[in-house]
Amino acid sequence: MIIIETQRLNFFYGNFHALKDITISISEKSITALIGPSGCGKSTFLKALNRMTDLIEGTKISGHILINRENVLDGKTDLVSLRKKVGMVFQRPNPFPLSVRENILFGPKIHQIVKPNEYESLIENSLRAVLLWNDLKDRLDANALKLSLEQQQRLCIARLLPVKPDVLLMDEPCSTLDPISTERIEELMRVLKENYTIIIVTHNMQQAARVSDDTGFMLLGELIEFGKTPNIFTNPRHQKTNDYVTGRFG
Amino acid sequence: MKHFKEFLIEKVIWFCGVTSIVIVVLIFIFLLKEGLSLFKHVNLVDFLFGRKWYPISDPPHFGIFPLVLGSLTVTLGATVIAVPLGIASAIYIAEIASPRIKEILKSGIEMIAAIPSVVIGFIGMTTLVPFIKHYLNLPTGLTAFSGALMLAFMAMPTIVSIAEDAITAVPHKYKEAALALGATRWQAIWRVVLRAASSGIVAAIMLGIGRVIGETMAVMMVTGNAAHIPESLFEPVRTMTATIAAEMGETVQHSEHYFALFAIGIVLFIITFIINLIADLSIHRHRE
Ligand SMILES: Nc1ncnc2c1ncn2[C@@H]1O[C@H](COP(=O)(O)OP(=O)(O)O)[C@@H](O)[C@H]1O
Ligand SMILES: [Mg+2]
Repeated sequence: MIIIETQRLNFFYGNFHALKDITISISEKSITALIGPSGCGKSTFLKALNRMTDLIEGTKISGHILINRENVLDGKTDLVSLRKKVGMVFQRPNPFPLSVRENILFGPKIHQIVKPNEYESLIENSLRAVLLWNDLKDRLDANALKLSLEQQQRLCIARLLPVKPDVLLMDEPCSTLDPISTERIEELMRVLKENYTIIIVTHNMQQAARVSDDTGFMLLGELIEFGKTPNIFTNPRHQKTNDYVTGRFG
Repeated sequence: MKHFKEFLIEKVIWFCGVTSIVIVVLIFIFLLKEGLSLFKHVNLVDFLFGRKWYPISDPPHFGIFPLVLGSLTVTLGATVIAVPLGIASAIYIAEIASPRIKEILKSGIEMIAAIPSVVIGFIGMTTLVPFIKHYLNLPTGLTAFSGALMLAFMAMPTIVSIAEDAITAVPHKYKEAALALGATRWQAIWRVVLRAASSGIVAAIMLGIGRVIGETMAVMMVTGNAAHIPESLFEPVRTMTATIAAEMGETVQHSEHYFALFAIGIVLFIITFIINLIADLSIHRHRE
């Protein structure tokens, strides 16, 4: 089942053409990696999917983004429900400077989706899903900024879960983590894939090769090649993809 | 040569720092010495809780309770008015206003801060006081309420500019995270940005109150200066600061009255010190 589809998606920062005719189909409950050199538009593409690009002044977007077959570029799109459906994990862990508990309850409270008597079980389930429960069950009232970076990033994933997203967008989620934490977050992604569709931007080609089902290679705002991860890495159709994955540029 | 220059600059800065500390300590010692002399003649409880302030009758009464209440009434009134308005303005300037409006408002606020308090008092006396007398149908417009309004006006710039700094200093990534979770702009501000800025906002409030409680000129001109215990906001009151300012010129040096005014100074000092301490602790917590 296709969950996200873009058709001829174009994006401009002022006059700068940052995404050029991106057409892609992403299947449900899979991990898609986006790779490509810095500045090629990977983050822009992710932010367009949940319309976080709306926050930037002077931008223009055209084409179609269909999520569950609904065009989210439609003027009628409700941003609140779009962002509930499409959660986002940022490059630098950005938990709120509040307690662990408050971080997880933020989504449910603003969307009023659970009753207060279900808060405790919700916190436990969310933390269990990101394998943090055993570490944090006695520190629910600690300030989230006191956690290790890896724990913070896990918490940022955990706080998305109570609002029941279908899609998790992750923009270089491991770039500030050490190799061991990175490996553990990758394991977590494999677990989360059971229930969520994940799109991950990464600089790290080994990471893309290790975790993803599909890989897209971007260059200067274009999607050069998109396909099954093993094919992209061992048998790319385009010369440029080949040059990039073999480390000849980028 | 370079070493010598470094050495010299270091010493000059050290000297400036130490001088200011020494001056503060000397002022404090002087205040204590003069103020505490009162308690050779009057006991502390009578001083703090005495209901009569008749410094020149015979025998004199030095009860500052009405003055303390006067200060508290005016300060509390000013706080209740200035805090919500000030924080709302700070939110508007930091989060909502366009860059151009933001610049205009910020310079406007700085200008309010620059108005001398005697001018504010004068404006209050000629415009606010008659207005209040007329519209609230009071025997006099010189009331605690008038003082509270004028002081709220004076506390606003402090509260707005410090709270605005605190709100602006909250990293953008928190707001971004909230919006990405589907929060509306207002939910992001209210539930994340303001909470992240809360210690800075507390400091802003405390420094605003500190400014109000030490203010003299403007209150003296609009509150009527009656040293009695007020029953409502709409009666004249007299504050501690106004008492010192009004009576210091008329006392005989080293008389009981003179010492009593210094003792009021100590009380004020302690109150302001506590308020500043709370502000400091709060800023400190913010930095951590
Ligand atoms: N807010 C912005 N305003 C203007 N240009 C931007 C902005 N954000 C990104 N860009 C430009 O768009 C291009 C793509 O950026 P980005 O999507 O962040 O790339 P990537 O994530 O692949 O490194 C870059 O050339 C970058 O300079
Ligand atoms: Mg990026």
